[in-house]
Amino acid sequence: MTATTKTAKTGVARRAAKPKASDAAKRENRTGWAFMAPFGILFALVFILPIIWAIYSSFFRQVTTGGGAYGGGELVNKFVGLQNFQYVVTSGAFWAGVGRVVLYTLVQVPVMIIAALALAMLIDSYIVKHITAFRLSYFLPYAIPGVVASIIWVYLYNGQISPIVKGLAAIGIKVNFFGDNVVLGSMANITTWTFTGYNMLIFLAALQAIPHDLYEAARIDGANGFQIAMKIKLPNVRAAALLAMLLSIVGTIQLFNEPQVMSISDPSISKSYTPMMMALNTSQGTLTPGGDGPASAVAIVMALIAGVLAVVYTLVERKVNAE
Amino acid sequence: MSTAEAIDKESRAAARARKKADKIRDKHANDLPRSMQPSALVKTITIVVLVFALIYFLFPIYWAIIASTKTPSQMTGSNGLWFAVGLSDLPAAIAKNYGTLIGWTRGQFWRWVLNSLIYSGVSALVGTLVAVMAGYATAKFNFRGKNLAIGVIMGCMLMPAALLTIPQYSIFHAMHLTNTMLSIIIPCCVSPFGFFLGRVYAQTSVPNELLEAARIDGASEARIFFTIVLRILAPAMVTIFLFLFVATWNNFLLPLMMVSSDTLKPVTLGLYGMVSLATFTDRGALMMGALLGVLPVIVLFLGLQRYWQAGLAAGAVKG
Repeated sequence: MTATTKTAKTGVARRAAKPKASDAAKRENRTGWAFMAPFGILFALVFILPIIWAIYSSFFRQVTTGGGAYGGGELVNKFVGLQNFQYVVTSGAFWAGVGRVVLYTLVQVPVMIIAALALAMLIDSYIVKHITAFRLSYFLPYAIPGVVASIIWVYLYNGQISPIVKGLAAIGIKVNFFGDNVVLGSMANITTWTFTGYNMLIFLAALQAIPHDLYEAARIDGANGFQIAMKIKLPNVRAAALLAMLLSIVGTIQLFNEPQVMSISDPSISKSYTPMMMALNTSQGTLTPGGDGPASAVAIVMALIAGVLAVVYTLVERKVNAE
Repeated sequence: MSTAEAIDKESRAAARARKKADKIRDKHANDLPRSMQPSALVKTITIVVLVFALIYFLFPIYWAIIASTKTPSQMTGSNGLWFAVGLSDLPAAIAKNYGTLIGWTRGQFWRWVLNSLIYSGVSALVGTLVAVMAGYATAKFNFRGKNLAIGVIMGCMLMPAALLTIPQYSIFHAMHLTNTMLSIIIPCCVSPFGFFLGRVYAQTSVPNELLEAARIDGASEARIFFTIVLRILAPAMVTIFLFLFVATWNNFLLPLMMVSSDTLKPVTLGLYGMVSLATFTDRGALMMGALLGVLPVIVLFLGLQRYWQAGLAAGAVKG
């Protein structure tokens, strides 16, 4: 094939020859993008653009200019370089919040995942019949919005009205669910109550995808129910557990609803109790320095910490898995 | 078209047969020989654990129902585990607290519930459609930048999305969209998880032969998608719809930032505003609001619960 023979062909023939495949590919490209476009546009507006904007604005801070010692000047955005980040990483309040969230994640997520896995295993064990009622009841709290769940639990923690606190007091146990060392646990309980059933359903779905032939083979080999659970079921839900853990870690990093609601009845929960609360209050100017710049810096540093945590978790999991 | 229907029918028959086989197998699994039956002790422990968990998960809801019938003084004074009045006086107590609730919400309560329904319904509907379209596009077509798009979207699934709310507010503010219904609906339409589910389902349940056959029959791509693919993906769409609906209904931070008018509040934000009033005392009435406000979601839950598990299965198995 030489260039001369190609150009010698008529236009119709040229279209019919080699470029035909690329025409189809072009059409496929167009069709693919056409189906992708609605989601893509919304995704850009809701995810990409805000990320870019957050990074951009984190280099600016609102300052007043022209005013005297008494203020009264005009608010302008001033480029401040890395000052916002410097403020965040040197802020004691920020790291205290990160510490709370990390502690929360380290305790609450494993407790919830293990409880969810245990419940899923028991339900899948066929030891008890009529499991639908149990399954539904465990899942029901997921339908209750976090704010509403928090309000209900705050009342159940309240010594004046809670039958739990009163009941415990009657048998001689005095608890203060808002105590300094207890309040984080009280919050963790709300999250656990809401999401355990949801995670249980994930595990139940994974358990039910295991081929039953495996159980039969194990039984013929003389394995009992407990051995089947440990040796067959557990390894088979590992992938689901990894995903559930990862999503739960991401979820607790943004802890907000529970502390926000609890702070109404417990003034010791500060405006920067968790990084998410700090970001919100910074952006609304109820913390200083306020405004979008410092708030974006808080959010970015927190997102980076979340990313590091997720990577560390994945690496540790892989290492444990390999051993 | 006829090929499409035939394949559809065939796959449905196959699914039915599979289900039947599963059922028979399950039954056999239950009929263990006596030596392998769980011992009475194991059975007792299992029941105790399951019932204990049941109490833990249901008790707060039970308490909220009881509390929703009480006045502030009955809240502190009466037995927290039972109604403060006799059963015959219950309707009057409920009516009284309902009146208090409407009073505290300045008559806006049902408006808030309606707002929540609009936000959740519209976001879930639009969000499901665009997610399934995008999932289908990446599962069945090759286009430039496809792998990049998949990577970015999946990366955002692990992104703490709440952190985005603040920049989202700034952008919507610049577009003069804050304090409108769109400022809640648009962000809630976009779900990387919905995209992921749509993609998994399109990959596993839309046969390529079917698409080829429809193309040979001369159907346009749009027609193929809307008449054939959507029908096959219907169960997946119900799952995605449910996820988006509940996520929007339960979202609190987004409306807290975006909306300030009383008439635009969803029910979560409205109830939160009520509790955070310094003068607020009527906890019983608030519990009634909380219960009435979650009723629509609970109805959806109980009505469509089998779709939850189907969706979670896809995520669990693939993930």
